[in-house]
Amino acid sequence: MLPLEGYLVVDFSQFLSGPSASLRLADLGARVIKVERPGNGDICRTLYTSNLVMNGVSSVFHAINRNKESFAADLKDPDDAAMIRQLLVKADIVMHNFRPGVMERLGFDYASVKALNPTVIYGEISGYGLDGPFKDKPGQDLLLQSLTGLTWLTGNADSGPVPMGLSIIDMLAGAHLAQGLLACLYRKAVKGEGGLAQVSMLESAYDFQFETITTFFNDGGVNPERSQKSNANAYLGAPYGIYKTADGYLALAMGSIPFLAKLLECEGLAAFKDGKEAFDKRDEIKDVLGSHLQSRSTQAWLSVLEPADIWCADVLDWNRLFEHDGFKVLKMVQSVQMADGYSYDTLRCSIRIDGERIFASKGSPKLGEDNDAIIKEFTLNEQAYEFGK
Amino acid sequence: MNKPLDGLLVLEFCQFLAGPSAGLKLADMGARVIKIERPVKGEACRQLAIKNLFVEEDSLLFHTINRNKESYAADLKNAEDLERVKKLIAAADVMTHNFRPGVMEKIGLDFESVKAINPKIIYGVVTGYGSEGPWAAKPGQDLLVQSVSGLTTLSGTAEEGPIPFGLSVADIMCGNHLTQGILAALIKRVKTNKAVLVEVSLLESVLDIQFEVLTTYLNDGGQLPKRSNVKGSGHSYLSAPYGVYATADGYLALAMGDLSDISSAIECDISAVFTDADSSFKNRDEILDCLALSLKDKTTSEWLAILEPRGIWCADVLTYQAATAHPAFEEIGMKQVLSAGSHRIETTRSPVQLDGDKLYSSKAAPKVGASNEIINQEFKL
Repeated sequence: MLPLEGYLVVDFSQFLSGPSASLRLADLGARVIKVERPGNGDICRTLYTSNLVMNGVSSVFHAINRNKESFAADLKDPDDAAMIRQLLVKADIVMHNFRPGVMERLGFDYASVKALNPTVIYGEISGYGLDGPFKDKPGQDLLLQSLTGLTWLTGNADSGPVPMGLSIIDMLAGAHLAQGLLACLYRKAVKGEGGLAQVSMLESAYDFQFETITTFFNDGGVNPERSQKSNANAYLGAPYGIYKTADGYLALAMGSIPFLAKLLECEGLAAFKDGKEAFDKRDEIKDVLGSHLQSRSTQAWLSVLEPADIWCADVLDWNRLFEHDGFKVLKMVQSVQMADGYSYDTLRCSIRIDGERIFASKGSPKLGEDNDAIIKEFTLNEQAYEFGK
Repeated sequence: MNKPLDGLLVLEFCQFLAGPSAGLKLADMGARVIKIERPVKGEACRQLAIKNLFVEEDSLLFHTINRNKESYAADLKNAEDLERVKKLIAAADVMTHNFRPGVMEKIGLDFESVKAINPKIIYGVVTGYGSEGPWAAKPGQDLLVQSVSGLTTLSGTAEEGPIPFGLSVADIMCGNHLTQGILAALIKRVKTNKAVLVEVSLLESVLDIQFEVLTTYLNDGGQLPKRSNVKGSGHSYLSAPYGVYATADGYLALAMGDLSDISSAIECDISAVFTDADSSFKNRDEILDCLALSLKDKTTSEWLAILEPRGIWCADVLTYQAATAHPAFEEIGMKQVLSAGSHRIETTRSPVQLDGDKLYSSKAAPKVGASNEIINQEFKL
């Protein structure tokens, strides 16, 4: 039995942040009904990456919305809204990521939904919180990375701002919302109380940087300084970073500089000490180390470093990763199938419960694919448009 | 306030970042979290400093991750200490550890043994790479996990080689996933009254954050990501204009948007490189270069004044100094102050607001074994 079996989630959210949270809830066993506007549905259906169209929609939509049902409804239409209100009565969790004020105007804000369903758990993700100078800005990942200082942590000193090349803030906000919803669901299971969980991408972006921001706060407010070369963390000394070798790259985490000097037979390195010096002189150290490591292959270095318990690794691209037994043993890839028979490969849930990997074979839904079945199952009645008003 | 996890007892045997960051999330939502640490030295993160910053004898890093927790010092190799810890486990709801495979079996605190002590325990385990296969014994360290996962091929420019994310992203996401797993397990336990095992690994978590782009890779004939060669490009899979651009006095971020609107707003002629709808992918680098030429002519605030009213998705690119001095930072109330003895530590709060409340806690990280006496009394150990 999956942990969330028997729970119903009604998800109004679009793009990545909210839908990544409901994907996690679905994989943990909840039934997720995605409410989408008729016609185009979730805008993510047409948000293309590298122009890849799969069975009519974008690859990212398929990745984010597998294992869910789709109910098409126009929330501004009284008949559709009445059906949704009836559905919300049965929901354990209701969630959205509209901009502040939208759900209030539509009559699906927390107070309205709570009036229909007193023990509901209501979740919302905003870009920047409900008030404040940014509240009307688009809650878009790159903008959040840019406004929170994150772009000054990756890349080298002369790289300028370097965004992390994934929608990382969306995913963090989704992960945090899932935590808030699950904590409230636990309380509901024990005490029968509903609750409200709110997350903003802005708060999630700062939480992600809690270590570095705390350092900034307590270190006289000095901006982070990345190393000239091989930067992997602006706050760590040498050798922390990735280095070019004769045939590829080598990642080196923490390690004693004098010990590395001996092990790698690198005379230039012997002049440096550990501790403060490994931080203060990290550019010089990384420079010496970087030139030296280019003399031999990655494998040659690993065979010297690993037996000595130095924390190091080869640097792989996906082709090499997918061929590696260390990856294969995870069984991270699963094939899922849509109702029309179209199947595609994607990743599974990253959490294991009771020793079992969680696979789910259901692909993403076509827009409105489940309207008929849901109307029948919940006896939703569009004539009852006064319902709950 | 009534926090959702009030009354839950969590024992944290975890060290470093991934597991303890989960403990912190649970603590902020109301759980009582007790770190079980070896006497005197305590958990290893106490000595792991970034920028060599310490608050008294413990690193600032340790303080950041372990606020709002208690500490119980116990030597798990000492029979009497182990007996006390077992009694504590009998009273606990959750325990977490990130020892390498085999360590807890040797001590006798593996999942099967713990179930005999407490048949309702939620048992959370963090590993680097899972518990089987050729990488199971490798050190579960963030940069190394990023390096084997392909993540380093997504940021920066192609010619720079692998560029890791400049934060411990594998640890942090893994901690988030552990939190989710533990909470789901607690919900399951309400129904079944039985113990639940929750396992996460840094590698699975760092693959999970690549799930969108890996789904593209898996269905696109295995094409590797093609990073741009233009400095500031934001995403190897997204078309122009996605990226950050130098302006006359700083930088400007431009997210996805209609290229005709954007180019006309900034008076940039892209007609030579933007010929049809596919151009934004096909000629990404040429378009990025072209936009960059125009954008360096005005200041960031001048561009924002032109672009924002047109609904174009853009933002200033701020440093920590500028971001935390901005009124928006004050408005979200993200900062909180801890009092550690005579020291005052400024840090961030939980990112989740519950029942309309921000979750603050001024309790600083404990010294090793700070709560031994109280816990011995309270649980009659």
